[in-house]
Amino acid sequence: MSRRTRKLLIGAFLALAAPLAGCGGSETTGGAQGEASDGKTLAAIKARGYIRCGASQGTVGFGAPDDKGYWRGLDVETCRAIAAAVFGDKNKARFIPLTGQQRLTALQTGEIDVLPRTTTWTLLRDANGVNFTYPNFYDYTGFMLRKDKGVRRVQDMTGASVCIQTGSMPEVTFADVSRKYDLKLRPVVFDSVPATRQAFFGGRCDALITDASALASIRATQAQNPEDYVIIPANDEVTALAPSVRHGDDQWFDIVKFAFHAMLMAEQLGINQANVDEMRQSRDPIVQRFLGVEPGNGKALGLSEDFAYNIVKQLGNYGEMYDRNVGKDSPLKIERGMNRLQRDGGLMVPIGFY
Amino acid sequence: MARPSPARESTASASTGWRIAQVAIVLSLVGLFAWLASNTAQNLHSRGIMVGFDFLWRGARFPIAESLLPYDPTDSFGWAFVVGLGNTLYITLLVIVLSTALGVVVGVARRSSHPFASGLSAVFVDTCRNMPIVVQLLFWYAVVAFGLPDTDHASHPLPGVWFTDRGLYFPRLHLDGPLLPGVFVLVVGLGWAWTVRRRDQRRRTETGRSPHAGRKIVAGTLVAAVLVAATTGLRPSLEYATLGRFNYMGGVTLTPEFVAILVGLTVYSTAFAAEIIRGGLDAVPRGQWEAARAIGLSEHQTLRLIVLPQAMRLIIPPMTSQYINIMKNSTLALVVGYPELNFITATTINQTGQALEGVGILMAIFLAISLGASWLMNLYNQKLGLVTR
Repeated sequence: MSRRTRKLLIGAFLALAAPLAGCGGSETTGGAQGEASDGKTLAAIKARGYIRCGASQGTVGFGAPDDKGYWRGLDVETCRAIAAAVFGDKNKARFIPLTGQQRLTALQTGEIDVLPRTTTWTLLRDANGVNFTYPNFYDYTGFMLRKDKGVRRVQDMTGASVCIQTGSMPEVTFADVSRKYDLKLRPVVFDSVPATRQAFFGGRCDALITDASALASIRATQAQNPEDYVIIPANDEVTALAPSVRHGDDQWFDIVKFAFHAMLMAEQLGINQANVDEMRQSRDPIVQRFLGVEPGNGKALGLSEDFAYNIVKQLGNYGEMYDRNVGKDSPLKIERGMNRLQRDGGLMVPIGFY
Repeated sequence: MARPSPARESTASASTGWRIAQVAIVLSLVGLFAWLASNTAQNLHSRGIMVGFDFLWRGARFPIAESLLPYDPTDSFGWAFVVGLGNTLYITLLVIVLSTALGVVVGVARRSSHPFASGLSAVFVDTCRNMPIVVQLLFWYAVVAFGLPDTDHASHPLPGVWFTDRGLYFPRLHLDGPLLPGVFVLVVGLGWAWTVRRRDQRRRTETGRSPHAGRKIVAGTLVAAVLVAATTGLRPSLEYATLGRFNYMGGVTLTPEFVAILVGLTVYSTAFAAEIIRGGLDAVPRGQWEAARAIGLSEHQTLRLIVLPQAMRLIIPPMTSQYINIMKNSTLALVVGYPELNFITATTINQTGQALEGVGILMAIFLAISLGASWLMNLYNQKLGLVTR
């Protein structure tokens, strides 16, 4: 079909949507950056008594309720760290399960305060009403296939059917990879995470595409025999999964950022859940400032001076959180890899607490 | 309808009160919408959300599993919407045709004096009408996607046909050779068949005998096809699906998603259509049947020539809303992964974050099509209406 015909058809389509033309216009509103932040999010949270966090519909290791209904996972603890910073209590957080499709809208509309939910940081998302804070997990996009298909790399996948969840970045990666290597991959797209996984394990598709971390989680918890499946990278890009907040409240943006950086900094400084009380006696001025023994940091953020201490005391440092949820002490057993501190050869860089 | 006059007066005075109330209601509704609109605009601004339809011209980049219109991820979001609308209309039209045809069969069967036919259709209607459509769609999807064998053990009911959990594969018909002369011969053949039918009809009106026009047309089409093949060298050929490393390739594929939405929606809508048609038939007075029998028409002729034309007037208005329902229900294809307009909109909203615009487009399109459809059906209904002089 020629481009011109297409333009005509799109035009006709828009004509059908004509009642909307009145409320459209194509101006871009600038947002509220530059104005002094009034800390309204923090005030609202304090009045409410808990933080509302966007959560997944159940990705073990990142965010899922356990058999007692208590939410666990790397993303969940990223949010609990903020609760520990604001209230001194990691349990003053509630988790609202959202589909991939709802999550950004829920944040933009104020239904949730922060969105730590394996959300890939991209330009278009960032530009459209939200601010990404800092990646709490570096990931890549992968395909999971049955081992007996004998696939070692993407180029072996010509003609394969691939189950995809709609509204995800892997959806775009899928199309890009298929085009790049001319693989004629066949998409089978679903709206919900469970339907996508069920279709894959039910044999509707040869492969499942999503973040490699999620694939590891699915393999560990939903495959009858995890050994039967392989995960191969779809491309050589790194994706940064980052919590995000809505535009318009810079103070809250800072709090979310530094609640996470406290965990990185604790690991950098060798502070963990077990020794944090002891470290309070440390003569190292950097440690003193970090743990709030020497005041200043807390006041600057609008929090109590011991916010970093509370986080480490209740949740540990980033390494502990990683190992417990997705690393060596979890069923997922994802290598620390890119998620090591920069000091250890990874991409995680703690920002200075002074 | 005769009302005592004091009551009339009180109605009149009440109606002034009502008029004021109406104005108040309308004003408060307008006010409510204005308030909502200004809030929305303010919220969008304060949250820095981009508003506008520019995104329609950007590359969509996401894949669409299957579509009637050609689509490639390099196409724009706007084109993706058109492709989704194409799929919506495609599935809607297919379901309308199938469910109407089946609905006539079931509806007539339900009035049948044969207890088996009427009992079976009653069970069918009650079962399918009273179960939520989403449940039925998931059921059919499970039947196709998990009930059929995998590609290595495909069910092979006919030559060139394979049923697998990846879909139903059929041979594709290709026409090799000069197409234009073939079409010409075909058109001439069909024209001839039409004249034969006209002549037979005229003869029937004159003599009362009914010649077998149907058989002549079938024979004529066959002769035409043979002639086409012989004179122009146009040959049909079949392309079979073949098993590749992962899937069957080539041929015609009906994916499990398509089969689930087509079968699920057709079965559900047939139950409603059957009830509408039965209701229409029941409303034609018994005297009409008896009169037709008295002048010697067969049961079939009575139905076709006497009862159906009268029943149509009662059938069309509810059928219109049924057809519109089919289109609206097609949005549930989302749960079985068939990419119609709603599905594409959901994906677009997620890829762009333009939720208001996406939902707005979706609403406007469905409203436009629904209003258009009911306008057309009203026209048709007026044409069929009783002409009173």
